[in-house]
Amino acid sequence: MKIISDAIAGARLAMAGRKSPWGSGPSGGGDGEGTPPQGGSGDSPDSPPAGSSEPPKGPRNPWLPPAGDEGPRRSASIEDILRPPKGGGGPGGGGGGFGFPKLPPRPDGKSWAKPIAIGAVAVWLLWSTTHMLDSKQQGIVTTLGKYSRTVGPGVSMTLPWPIETMMVEEVTSVRNDSIPAGEDEKLMLTSDQNLVDISYLVRWNIKDLKLYKFQLDNPNDTVREVAEAAMRAAVAEVPLKDAMGGSGRQSVENQVRVRMQEILDAYRSGIRILGVEIKKTDAPQKVIEAFQRVTAAQQNAQQEVTSARQWAQQVINQAQGNAAEFDKVYEQYKLAPEVTRRRLYYETMERVLSNNDKVIVESGGVTPYLPLPEVRRAQQQAQPQGGQ
Amino acid sequence: MLNRLFEEQKSALVAIGALVVLAFSTLVVVPETQQAVVMRLGEPQRVINRFRPGDDFGNTGAGLTWRIPIMETMVRIDKRMLTVPMERQQVLSIDQQPLEVDAYARFRIIDPARMVRSAGSSDRVVSALQPIFSSVLRQELGKRTFQSLLTAERGQAMVNIRNNLDKQAREYGAQVIDVRIKSADLPAGTPLDSAFARMTAAKDQEAATIIAEGQKNAQLIRADAQAQSAQIYANSFGKDAQFYDFWRAMQSYDATFSNQKNPGRSTIILSPDSDYLRQFKGR
Repeated sequence: MKIISDAIAGARLAMAGRKSPWGSGPSGGGDGEGTPPQGGSGDSPDSPPAGSSEPPKGPRNPWLPPAGDEGPRRSASIEDILRPPKGGGGPGGGGGGFGFPKLPPRPDGKSWAKPIAIGAVAVWLLWSTTHMLDSKQQGIVTTLGKYSRTVGPGVSMTLPWPIETMMVEEVTSVRNDSIPAGEDEKLMLTSDQNLVDISYLVRWNIKDLKLYKFQLDNPNDTVREVAEAAMRAAVAEVPLKDAMGGSGRQSVENQVRVRMQEILDAYRSGIRILGVEIKKTDAPQKVIEAFQRVTAAQQNAQQEVTSARQWAQQVINQAQGNAAEFDKVYEQYKLAPEVTRRRLYYETMERVLSNNDKVIVESGGVTPYLPLPEVRRAQQQAQPQGGQ
Repeated sequence: MLNRLFEEQKSALVAIGALVVLAFSTLVVVPETQQAVVMRLGEPQRVINRFRPGDDFGNTGAGLTWRIPIMETMVRIDKRMLTVPMERQQVLSIDQQPLEVDAYARFRIIDPARMVRSAGSSDRVVSALQPIFSSVLRQELGKRTFQSLLTAERGQAMVNIRNNLDKQAREYGAQVIDVRIKSADLPAGTPLDSAFARMTAAKDQEAATIIAEGQKNAQLIRADAQAQSAQIYANSFGKDAQFYDFWRAMQSYDATFSNQKNPGRSTIILSPDSDYLRQFKGR
């Protein structure tokens, strides 16, 4: 059964090949399948009709499916091409018939089938034997299903299609797998049985294309599954704090990368893990408020400490200022103790007495008679002063 | 024209046609990703491109091969590493804590002939291994405490599960290469909610501790500053206590009586005997 389907595929391919010279040959506007060699190859078999007729219209259409605007052009089938000689050529044939009169010399349609067939084969050969790979790609060539070689970037040749096939894959380009794919919460258990919502990115590329192609049934899913297993295992080994914090997070990333590489190497997957990056680690939605309360408490505590520091600075500065003042004065005092002392005394008394009312009374005098409360208060204060 | 071609070359065309048909029914392409069992009358006859561990691609036997048409049929079997997914299921640890586990096993058909006889296709191997997988897994994980399921000891559990599963898989010509837990989660409902409650409580406690600690630190800082300033004062003023007393008194009088900061007059009554007025007497 497989063989039959292969055969059908082959036939289809041949058709595609035949279609191409018309499509991409003279007009140069190749369709989707037009790989570079195809476009180039189209010219050679086409040159007879192309040179002699209006290039794009006539030859292109017989093979194309009918489409709205192609109605008129579609009529340029082999019969149409053959008609002009009978009609004697000229304007009757329209654009399509203009150049054709040269060809009819040949006896019948056989002469047309041949160049078409040859052209198709040539295109097919070129298309299936020449491969252009860009710098990121590598191709695997299999000969009748059997691995034969790996080819690098550039132009390379293979045997034509059913015999050799090439599978091309981007090898060096980095693939990104974001896990989880959506915005869903992905809760993982940490070693202290807390839950953390983690999303991360795995970057990888192909180390060995042959293994990548032949060893695993689904390499891309395997990468994701291995990533999940490795990430869970790594997170389960650290407490919540480390899973969420800076350095712990980095060691988790490293561990996951190393573990994934080990597993994938054991699978001989041909995949290289370039890096694992934790995009975010969050508290689960349901407890996020409690986490925020902790953050608020931290800020609160921080603020309290800051204001205490401010106060402390003030107090110390004041002490230093006072002490410095005293030290300066004391220096003076040491030079001339008695004089400085008296000077300070008189200066202070001057300031004190000049701003207040003064009464001078003999010690055994009438003082007790004064009833004013201010006076009484003043008297009380004056006593120690007088005593000094 | 085609008709004429056909008429002229009839016999040749028929021969070519027959040859093509024969070729298609005899020759078979086995790609690198497949192993093929050639069956003669329902009995496995030979295996093409069988998996052998050390083989490098290109020398494994893949490629063009043949069979006797009609008599021999060919069963194609994946040669690649395949996956047995396990339905997410609940496992009870030995301390009766439920855990929802999601796992996969990777295997490879290493004996295609046996596998064709016992299962028929790799899909059926998968469906045969699935229930075995979950029961082995549940059994093995059920021997462990919840905590050890989370941590490194899981490694040994995985090895045991793999070995057990592998033993069974050999019956199907398959080899189990690796078993891994993709996820181990708390089941929704009470276990999950109580975990959340515990986390909330722990966080609230943490918050309270942080605040208390902040206050303590602030107090320490203040006390420290006071001690430091006292030391500064003592160092400076201690040099001459008597002078300090005098100097401070002067400052104090200034502040109290000179009315620079707190206006309001006081009446000061002085005795002529006071020290300040000593010179008054002209002695």
